[in-house]
Parts: sequence; C-alpha cells; structure tokens
Amino acid sequence: MTVIEDVAGAKPDLAAAATSPSAAAKNQLSSRWASAAALVIAVLWTIPTFGLFLSSFRPERAVKTTGWWTFFGDWSVTFSNYTAVLFRGGQPLINYFVNSILITLPAVVIPIVLASVAAYAFAWMKFPFKDTLFVAVFALQIVPLQVALIPLLQIYETTGLGGTFWTVWISHSIFALPLAIFLLHNSMHEIPAELIEAARVDGAGHVRIFLQVMLPLMKPAIAAFAVFQFLWVWNDLLVALVFAGGTADVAPLTVRIAELSGTRGTDWHLLSAGAFVSIIIPLVVFLSLQRFFVRGLLAGSVKG
Amino acid sequence: MSGLTLRRPSRTTTLMAAAIGTSLVLAGCGGSGGGGGTAPSAQGPECAAFTQYGDLNGKTITVYTSIVTPEDQPHIDSYKTFESCTGATVKYEGSKEFEAQLPVKVAAGTPPDIAYIPQPGLLASLVRDNKAIKPAPAAVSANVDKYYPETFKSAGSVDGTLYAAPLGANVKSFVWYSPTKFKEKGYAVPKTWDEMITLSKTISAAGEKPWCAGIGSGDATGWPLTDWLEDTMLRENGPEVYDQWVKHEIPFNDPKVAAALDRVGGILKDPAFVNGGLGDVSSIATTTFQDGGLPILEGTCYMHRQANFYAANFPEGTDISENGAIYAFELPPVDASKPTPILVGGEFVAAFTDRPEVQAFQAFLSSPEWSNAKAKAGSDIGQSGWLSANTGMDAANLSNPIDKLSVQVLQDSNNTFRFDGSDLMPKAIGSAAEWKGMTDWITGKSTADTLTFIEQAWPKS
Repeated sequence: MTVIEDVAGAKPDLAAAATSPSAAAKNQLSSRWASAAALVIAVLWTIPTFGLFLSSFRPERAVKTTGWWTFFGDWSVTFSNYTAVLFRGGQPLINYFVNSILITLPAVVIPIVLASVAAYAFAWMKFPFKDTLFVAVFALQIVPLQVALIPLLQIYETTGLGGTFWTVWISHSIFALPLAIFLLHNSMHEIPAELIEAARVDGAGHVRIFLQVMLPLMKPAIAAFAVFQFLWVWNDLLVALVFAGGTADVAPLTVRIAELSGTRGTDWHLLSAGAFVSIIIPLVVFLSLQRFFVRGLLAGSVKG
Repeated sequence: MSGLTLRRPSRTTTLMAAAIGTSLVLAGCGGSGGGGGTAPSAQGPECAAFTQYGDLNGKTITVYTSIVTPEDQPHIDSYKTFESCTGATVKYEGSKEFEAQLPVKVAAGTPPDIAYIPQPGLLASLVRDNKAIKPAPAAVSANVDKYYPETFKSAGSVDGTLYAAPLGANVKSFVWYSPTKFKEKGYAVPKTWDEMITLSKTISAAGEKPWCAGIGSGDATGWPLTDWLEDTMLRENGPEVYDQWVKHEIPFNDPKVAAALDRVGGILKDPAFVNGGLGDVSSIATTTFQDGGLPILEGTCYMHRQANFYAANFPEGTDISENGAIYAFELPPVDASKPTPILVGGEFVAAFTDRPEVQAFQAFLSSPEWSNAKAKAGSDIGQSGWLSANTGMDAANLSNPIDKLSVQVLQDSNNTFRFDGSDLMPKAIGSAAEWKGMTDWITGKSTADTLTFIEQAWPKS
C-alpha cells in the first residue's frame, strides 16, 4: 500500500477514459432496446407500490372485499385510513415520528464520525498490523447481526442502558461500522497523495488534513453512506424491537406499523396508509441527496 | 473534484460539528424517562378494595403481552384505579412479535415482571424448560379457586401447581349467522348437528352456498381448522376421549379422531356447501381467517364457525344483535340428549419476578374488580370481543350482545368446558404440525394421511 502506486492509478487519463470499461458499459446501457427494457421493468416494478398507494385511499369495506384495480370502476376516495393511522387511537403514528427521528439521526451520525476517522487512519497513517486490522474490520461485515442480539442485550442490561435510545444508537453504530469504514476508506484512498503531501509541506498535521482536505473531498461518499444508513435505520424493525422494545416512549414508526393491524389482524386495511406515512421522510431524504447517492454508489467500486 | 483551496472553511466541517452537537443534545433527552414518584395515593371510596395491596408508591411493574393497539387501550385503562390507589406504575408493552421476543428477553436475563401468555403449552414449556416462571402467590390461588371454572385453573397449572391465573377468555363453539337473512328465508337456527346438515342441504338446493371459512393466518395458517376439529371431537366422542386425545393417551390418528375430522370434512370439504362468496373448497386455504366470515354480510354465505372474538372483524357500525345483521348460535351437539362441553380459550398471567408489587398486581388481575374494570373500559371506547371467565364479572359491563352471550355461557353452571386442545398440546403439534397438517388436509390430503402425519410429529419423551 504505497503512495506511489495510487498516484499512478488515480491520475486522470482522458484517452483511456473513452474506451474504459465504464464508458463501454454506458454505451451498451443507453441503447434503445436497453431503455425500453428498463422502462418495462420500471413499470412492472412500480405496479405493486401503485396498487398499495391506491388501496390506502379506498374505504375499509372496499379494501377488504375487492382488489385495488377495481378502483377504476368505483372512484370512491377516502382519507379515513390516513386520519385513522395518524391521529386515531391511543398511539397514533404521528407520535412515533419523533422517536424515529431521535433514533435515526444519531444512528447515522455516530458511525459516520467514527468511520471517517478510522478510514483516514487506515488510508493515510502508518501503524503496525494496519492491513491485518483492516481485513479484520471488514470481515466483521459477514457476521450476521442476529447472533449479537442476546449478548448485546445482556451487556446493555448489566450496564443499565436497557430500554433507552442508547441501546439502539450503539447497536446500529456497531452493525454499520464495518461497511462504513470500508466504503469511506476506499474513497479516501483514491484521493491523490500529492494533496496530502502539499498540505504537509504547508505544515498541516493529521487533524488539519483530515478536517480541511479530506472531509470536503469525501462529501459524496459520506452522503452516499448517510443515505444507505438512514434508510436502513429508518426501516429497521428488528434492532429497535429487540433493544428498545415496544413502549411508546422509545419505539420507532416501524414497530408501531408492525402492530397497526391489531392483535388479531382485524385492521389490516390500515397497513397501506401506514406504509405511505412512514415513507414520507425517507423519500424526502433520498430525493434531496440522490445526486450524491448515485455518485457515491460508485465510490470505491470502480477505480481509475 | 477540482477547485480545492486549503484555507476555505469547509461547509461539511461545520455541518459535522453541528450534527455532533445535536446528537449530544439528543443523547441527553434519551436518558430521561422511567416514571415513578407519582402523586401519593388519594384514598377515596373507590380505593377500598385496594387497601389489601398496601402502599406501592414509586414501584414499577412491567407487563409484556401480545395484545396491541387498539385492543391494548382498555387494558391500560383498567389499571388506572390500581395505579392511583396503590401509587404503583404499570408499564405496558404489547408486541405482535411476543412469542419470538419473550424467549429472547428471558435468555438475555431481562424478562418482564409479568407476561400474558396466550397458550398454556407455551406456559408449560417456560415452566419446565426455562424454569423462569414463579408459582402463583397465595392471594392469586385463592382468587382463582373462588372465581374461575376448573378448566381454566388446570390450564394455568403445570404438574399440579398453579402458575398463571386466567386473564381473558374466549368462547369458541359459535356459528356466526345473519338473523335478518335467516328470517327472510324462513330458516331456523339448528338445534342438532343433523338439523344443521339438513339446513345446509336446503340452502345448497336453493342454489346458494351455506358455509364460508378461511384459515389463512400468516405463519399460523391452519389454526381455525384445529378449532373445528376440537369442537367436533367434543361432539363426536365426548369430553373423556377429548382429554385422552389432548394428553396423547390415544394416538392422534385414532379412528375416533378420524371420525371427528371426517365430520368437519362433511361440511368444509363438500363443494356444495363451501365456500360461500369466496370460491371453491381450495379457497378456504387462501382466504384469511379475518375475511372468512365477511360474506355473511354480503348475503353470499349463511354460516361461519368462529370464536366470539370474530365480532371485531365486522366493519364498524354492523348491527350485531339477536335480531340484527349478525349474531351467533352455539355449534349444535351431535346427540342433543348428552351435555356438550363448550370449547374455550384464553390467556394467562405469568410472573417472572416475585417482588411484592408484582404479586399484588397479579392478585388484582385475578380479582373480579379487574375483570369488571376491563369490561367497562372496553365498553367505554366501543370495543367488543373481550370477556373474562371470572364468575364475579357482571355481564352488564359489556356492550356487545355476543360478549354478553359468551359470559352467560361461561357462567352457566350447567355447562362444562374444555380448553383449546391445540393450545394445550406440545408446541411441535399445536403450533406446527397440526397447522400444516390441517392446511394440507383442506387442500386435498386424506384424513388418514393427515392424522398420521401429525401423529408422527408428536415429540417422543
């Protein structure tokens, strides 16, 4: 892992770019047939969601007796499903937004902070067993999180953290770190070494290089990972259910939605409305960060 | 990625700093919670029944159940008097993942104080395998002896020791029908099984389907058929044989069981009788149990066998009453001269800790005061489908005619009861092999093959 190699690899080569694998792939993917196929797949892929969306506006009786496609013969629209899930009953969904946000923000920020610092160390600092440690960290990615549930729960209980948001924040951070470190390390590694050297010549230490050189350049990769992690945590049911539990003061939206249909499933007509309520915030986040997301998807995957 | 200047203050850095700051603030919020120290108990006249529990000020009892919104609200409301009179706080947590999560909590050493166990079979395995359940305290035993039928007491006991007092109860031997429709067509409620079959034939001859059913229920698909089988076992063979069957003293594929299952098949596997408004015989397997009885409202089906709690499945505003759009009759006996036991189910209150406040709360839950408070709390917010087998319960506190009918059935001293067999059997049978076997049976497997399949799954011990 020498600096010289990377400089050569990262040097932009315009002549090579025209015939690079990614350019060839781009040509193939933008042919007319490929576009048509993509369109068909996109439509097929969207139909169930579209049906769910229509269902969320249909009256209870209609949802329970006929399919969503009959909507086109019978244009009865109601907002009662939405008012029911948002405001009705002892535990309306609207109360759980706060919990979901309280869980998600730290669970996204903590791994990003830790992982970007760790990635910097792995990419640009020299210390013994660096490569071994890096492989070990990434290898943790293959450990299924389910095996950690009971031991972690025991630890939280003995340390008195049980039933608080801390358990969820810490657990999500633990589970996110291997991938976060790997992704950020790879994109950080692509940054030309000259920049670092120039900064060093100017008298900058590691802290200054990290904050003023690395972080601004890492923006797309960090944003991409943030979107990943945000969606993962926002949609997570298992971790929240196991560690925080289902009480109204800590449970996120997903836990409540899982219970929306009632003890014996009699209220299942509310599920479609509940699903769309929970989608709103991830949709906003995704749409506002999507340009980073697409750029960041390639982070660390294609070199040169 | 050009135009980089070293000295430009970075927006990301500021954002990052702000984010870290926010997370610290949020962290501060997360730590709080954990109530306690409410106002000292106000000793009004309504507290007279609670003095026996003593002063529990500042104590917290956690309750973990499978009962979720909206059915949990009357539960939470019913603890209010207990909380205000004793000063204790009850923390209620309901989850549909209850059965998967409870063993996790027990294994991690963080069990709740109290759990409402929906199946005696699960209770038995928690007692025998995990040794996690505390035996019921004396006050609870006294209440159970005084107020509950023997069937419920024995279902909450393991090896002769009472561990869990009954909480709610349901009456399963009901057939839902539409009184207005029956009146319109001139049909009478059948008094014997043969009358019921004759009525089915009459309806079928008129070109309609008399029965509708649905057994779909996610992982538990098939359970409504286990209730059918239990009901016909009681009617075909009587309670003694039923008990032998549940305890596996006769094999699951005994000819007596086969006769009972064939009796179910006489209705549910007859293409002329099912599946009103839903399709053919095979549609029983694909229809969810929630939808199974709804065709009665549409007029495309006449009868649907399901427990009293099915009332909640009819849309809000449905007239459920003796002469209304929907009501239920008891599944008739095969031989009207013999008393037929009623099939019942219910959940039980198991305690994982034995602190005084937990035992006091257990005693409260087994008292008639709680049953009535719960019934009233449910009626106040217009919920139905819940009742208790507590003989101290006043049916006037219930709002739904079916619930009142169920309480009358439970409190009628002439009736004998049998607890839901699949809930009593080992988990490998009652919550696995029987569900799968019965689902295969309705989709075409023979009675003999089905029963042999279930018999082979019985755990050898």
